Amino acid sequence: MIADIESLRGVTLETLYDTPEGRLIKSCIQCGTCAGSCPHGEYMEYPPRRIIKMMQLGLLDKVFDSDSMLKCVNCYACMSKCPREIHLTEVLLQLIKEQTIMRLPVVPQELQKALENSYRYGNPMGESGRKRINWMQNLDVPVRILSQNSQPVDVLWFVESYPSYHPRGQDTARAIAKIFNRLNVDFAILGNEEKSAGECGMLSWESGLAESLVDYNMAIFTKYKFNQLVTSDPHALDAFLYRYKMFGFKAKVTHVIPFLWQYFDKLKPMLINKLHYSVTYHDSCCLGRHNGYYEEPREILKAIPGIKITEMVHNRSNSICCGGGGGGMWLDTYFKSQNIERLSDNRIKEAIETGADVLAVACPYEMPRFEDALKVAGYDGKMVVKDITELILESMED
Amino acid sequence: MNILVLLKMVPDVVEELKIGDDFKSLDRDWLRFILSESDEHALEQAIILKEKYGGTVTAVAPDAPELDDALYSALAKGADRAFKIIGEWDIYRSPGLAKVFSRFIEINNIMGEQTLILSGSQAIDDLEGEIVYYLAEFLGLPGCCVVTSVQYNPDSNCITLLKEFSGGLRGEFELSLPAVIGIQAAENPPRYIPIAKIRNIMKTQKIEEIEIPVEGIPNGLTIEKLFEPEVTDRAEILEGTPEEVARKLVEIFSDKGII
Repeated sequence: MIADIESLRGVTLETLYDTPEGRLIKSCIQCGTCAGSCPHGEYMEYPPRRIIKMMQLGLLDKVFDSDSMLKCVNCYACMSKCPREIHLTEVLLQLIKEQTIMRLPVVPQELQKALENSYRYGNPMGESGRKRINWMQNLDVPVRILSQNSQPVDVLWFVESYPSYHPRGQDTARAIAKIFNRLNVDFAILGNEEKSAGECGMLSWESGLAESLVDYNMAIFTKYKFNQLVTSDPHALDAFLYRYKMFGFKAKVTHVIPFLWQYFDKLKPMLINKLHYSVTYHDSCCLGRHNGYYEEPREILKAIPGIKITEMVHNRSNSICCGGGGGGMWLDTYFKSQNIERLSDNRIKEAIETGADVLAVACPYEMPRFEDALKVAGYDGKMVVKDITELILESMED
Repeated sequence: MNILVLLKMVPDVVEELKIGDDFKSLDRDWLRFILSESDEHALEQAIILKEKYGGTVTAVAPDAPELDDALYSALAKGADRAFKIIGEWDIYRSPGLAKVFSRFIEINNIMGEQTLILSGSQAIDDLEGEIVYYLAEFLGLPGCCVVTSVQYNPDSNCITLLKEFSGGLRGEFELSLPAVIGIQAAENPPRYIPIAKIRNIMKTQKIEEIEIPVEGIPNGLTIEKLFEPEVTDRAEILEGTPEEVARKLVEIFSDKGII
């Protein structure tokens, strides 16, 4: 279901019909499955089905002038359900989104700040680039920084912005560092040289911002020798797997959960502490629907002694987005102003209904979104949000 | 309208500020520079005026690190020309910079009947807010600062301004052009410019560099000493669990006779 990315670099809405992708779009049967599966479909003046129709009629200007595509959270739900296998989220919606953002009379403040911060500081929160490694303070295991020791390394761990700066993300980063050490992974990080992979630029399709971050990170990558790149951010995974490829990035890229799955035989005997948790797992859109990693996270969770897994009503390919993708991370206020319920508040109710006491996640956006949602929806104290790597570490540590 | 907007780069406080070895300036090793926030608003207001009433916008700034980024961004937002005044401007404070700008205006023969000069009302690196009034004085023009709204009436060639006072008071002023005004906040927050557009502007447009003779320019106030706020021992951080902290708080309150 993945589009031929290399052939898409430089494609615009004008030239889209000349590509195999465009010919796929022409085959749309207007069934409306896309609109029906979209978590924000009911709030969009132009959900995917209508966008395709407007495109066929040459009326896309009307779509650009509405804010419909601002509400797209890049969750791949429409794309995964399309009977014609049109690459909606990967191709068409991105191009529409780019035009929407360019023509918006006013970009919502929080999104604007996140985009400007990513350009200037290399992270959406506007933190100093020199504080990127601050999560390592008080860490009692070694983490090699390539600028200090540039010996070739097996795994380049791309930490990304939320794990580097957000307090709960930092907990995850520290957990990963400890697990990698226990597994004797030969790994290193870019440290303060790293800048956001640019997924915020890509998913809200600010192509200029994305390209500037791609240019930057690609130049840094060429300085060092590594066999594979591992990241705990499924959005960064997407950026490297699909967008960076257009710019000649060739290294093998994995998310930390499927990466740890490769070490499963070594990992399992280390999981010694019994955790008496009932856990429900939220499938990240990028990790699950887009890259097909549904079972690896569940198998790892099952291997932790004492953990009982219960599934939410919507799981695996039917999982409901936390609302953080596609720039949604910075559009909560905008959605609120339109009386649109936060998707994470919606999703947390499903999690609570399972009766689980831990919501396990594998994406750094989900941690703050669901922790907020627990408070907003009045379930604070009834459930905690933990990254899978935190649960692994809890079962490993003395 | 012929709109001129005066810009200045200031230290970016996202980086921690450190005082340099001379105790008179900031340590520049890690310092980054960013366009002064109220200048960002002045630029936005200038572009809004151009969109409403037509004319041209010229952005001008004394040289500083990262200034090019700010000027390209101004061009991308809609400025027609961008000037960088070459030189070392660290030691010049408001009266000096106002003189530099007035010379820039004279040399480039910018003054006309419909000229409006805008700047930010205050910058975080000096909090003086004086540049507008110095410049108005040097040019013999009316000046007004802390402005939050600008309307232009082409028939009378006058601008109507809203100026903010403390306590929530606002005053309405009318000035005839040419005039100098200091913007506190633009009508709309500074707009977003897609980075692709800025990158494209960098390839297609040029920042014009200009030199200004510096003799006879006063540098204004001289900094004698920079120092960090002195630490007093009045704050005490209570450590422990919430319950322990609460218990200690109650003890302290009852010791002090508060409860």
